Amino acid sequence: MLKYIARRLALLFFILFGVSLITFLLMHVIPGDHAQLVAIYRYGFDDYSAQELSSVRKDIGAELPLYQQYLWWLSHVIHGDLGYSFITRRPVADEILVRLPATLELAAFSLVITVLIALPLGVLAARRPYSRLDNFTVIGSLIGVAVPNFWLGLLLILIFSLTLGILPVAGSGSFAHLILPAVTLGTGMAAVSTRLVRASLLEVLEQDYVATARAKGLGEGAVLWRHALRNAFIPVVTVLGLQLNHLIGGTVIVETVFARPGVGKLIVDAIESRDIPILQGCVLFLAASFSLINLLVDISYAFLDPRIRYEGGKS
Amino acid sequence: MHETVTAIRTRLPLSHALQAITRDRAALFGGILVMLLALIALLAPWLAPHNPVQQDMAHALAPPGAEYPLGTDNMGRCNLSRLLYGARISLAVGLLVGGLAAGIGTVIGLVAGYYGGILDEVLMRLTDILMAFPNLIFILAVVGTLGPGLTNTVLALVVLGWLNFARVVRGVTLSIKENEFILAARGLGFSNARIMWRHILPNVLGPVIVLATFDIPHTILAVAGLSFLGLGAQPPTPEWGAMLNAGRAYMRTQPHLMIAPGLMIMLTVLAFNLLGNGLRDALDPRRKNHPVNL
Repeated sequence: MLKYIARRLALLFFILFGVSLITFLLMHVIPGDHAQLVAIYRYGFDDYSAQELSSVRKDIGAELPLYQQYLWWLSHVIHGDLGYSFITRRPVADEILVRLPATLELAAFSLVITVLIALPLGVLAARRPYSRLDNFTVIGSLIGVAVPNFWLGLLLILIFSLTLGILPVAGSGSFAHLILPAVTLGTGMAAVSTRLVRASLLEVLEQDYVATARAKGLGEGAVLWRHALRNAFIPVVTVLGLQLNHLIGGTVIVETVFARPGVGKLIVDAIESRDIPILQGCVLFLAASFSLINLLVDISYAFLDPRIRYEGGKS
Repeated sequence: MHETVTAIRTRLPLSHALQAITRDRAALFGGILVMLLALIALLAPWLAPHNPVQQDMAHALAPPGAEYPLGTDNMGRCNLSRLLYGARISLAVGLLVGGLAAGIGTVIGLVAGYYGGILDEVLMRLTDILMAFPNLIFILAVVGTLGPGLTNTVLALVVLGWLNFARVVRGVTLSIKENEFILAARGLGFSNARIMWRHILPNVLGPVIVLATFDIPHTILAVAGLSFLGLGAQPPTPEWGAMLNAGRAYMRTQPHLMIAPGLMIMLTVLAFNLLGNGLRDALDPRRKNHPVNL
């Protein structure tokens, strides 16, 4: 187990190195002189002197060769210094941290909705394949996967805010503001998750040990809850890990639809205003968090299933 | 035993797959929808009553009527015509990204799986790194630095998309290359290129086609989402996501401007997913008539 964790940690460091390199290089393909851009934002267009430009160059390490620039940048990043926003001139790390709670709140509440829909519906559908409920679940999740989340968000605004007037259109601050965004994101993820819960449970129910449990006279409920579900849980945990990708992308879209001041909206705004340090900081922050959570998911299901430890340890 | 099963399974001819699909009602429905959408895309210039980018400010935000069957948008452009032309953009981008990703991924996956060694190692580690970015965040990083637009969106999607194909093809190649028929081909002195092209490629085509069918709706959703954010297709391009974004300002008075493009996206994605499900089951007889398939 320790060996497996060590291996995955080594891989994590390698991945973080690669992620930082790609993020760094992406920002260097931007047309134009980066230092000049910084100087313009710092001193105003046409208002900076040659001396100021060269001091900016020194500030951001732009006079160094590319690989040294990378190391220079990396040494700052490691200490939590992601640079300064072009627009607000505040530290990028602060801008992200200020908006993080709104995003985490949305993500957590959406995941709760996903689990509350996907788990019972997936289990009930798997218990009686081809039943009416099963068909409803299958069709519902097919449609749910196809509905774009930005459209669903707008439809919900149209129905619950503009027509019925019972929930706020956009913004944040209260629980009422959280409902529509979380439902938008949560139901979208539930569409995928329900199908996966159902499929993994169906596969488990076919296993010999389930037949054994039934043969020794256990009730259907005990078979399901004590034997099948526990094993079906491993793929479900994986799924929740995979959903993280949807979740992060989803927060960007949903926060934009509902004008929620979170990290996702920060990125979109940064692209619109060409605030490169913010964009770079957010991309790095989200990719690093994503890798870290994935690592935790991997390790946690290696605990759940010994088979993964041995097979995963080899590759 | 397991290898022989995979070999037989993956060597099912495509014509059998087609036959199986016509017996699968959901997949048939998806396939017909896809064909309808393709027809709309091809025939858009003849089907559309107006030029999709022609502005008629005197009739801006007109309600549905005889002249404009689905009304006009805020620039007085015919909504119906824009919806029909939108099928062109979405299908073209979907096919382009799916095709490029499948082509590049298949070649790299084949070579990496067949030869192994350092190339394989590089491929897997590159995959590890690129998969560390949440998809949309990577696309936003590319579009944010290279600039908004459809071209850069396509570029970002291909850079991400080929990885999936490469990984799947590599996996199938790894399991196939130990088969007796490959050993026999080697024994006969066939070149590596010929073995890969004539003996391995036909076996990976099934999974690649299935993957490509699922890649198209993914791409369409991603492009629509990006255009919705204002970073994909730029005005006046009649792209569904961009139309949805433009229509949301008039949601109170003209909700159909926002509803119709969303419906088109949903139907298109649903159609390809149904077709993809059917193809997957048809190419994998083990799964046929199993409730997991639904």
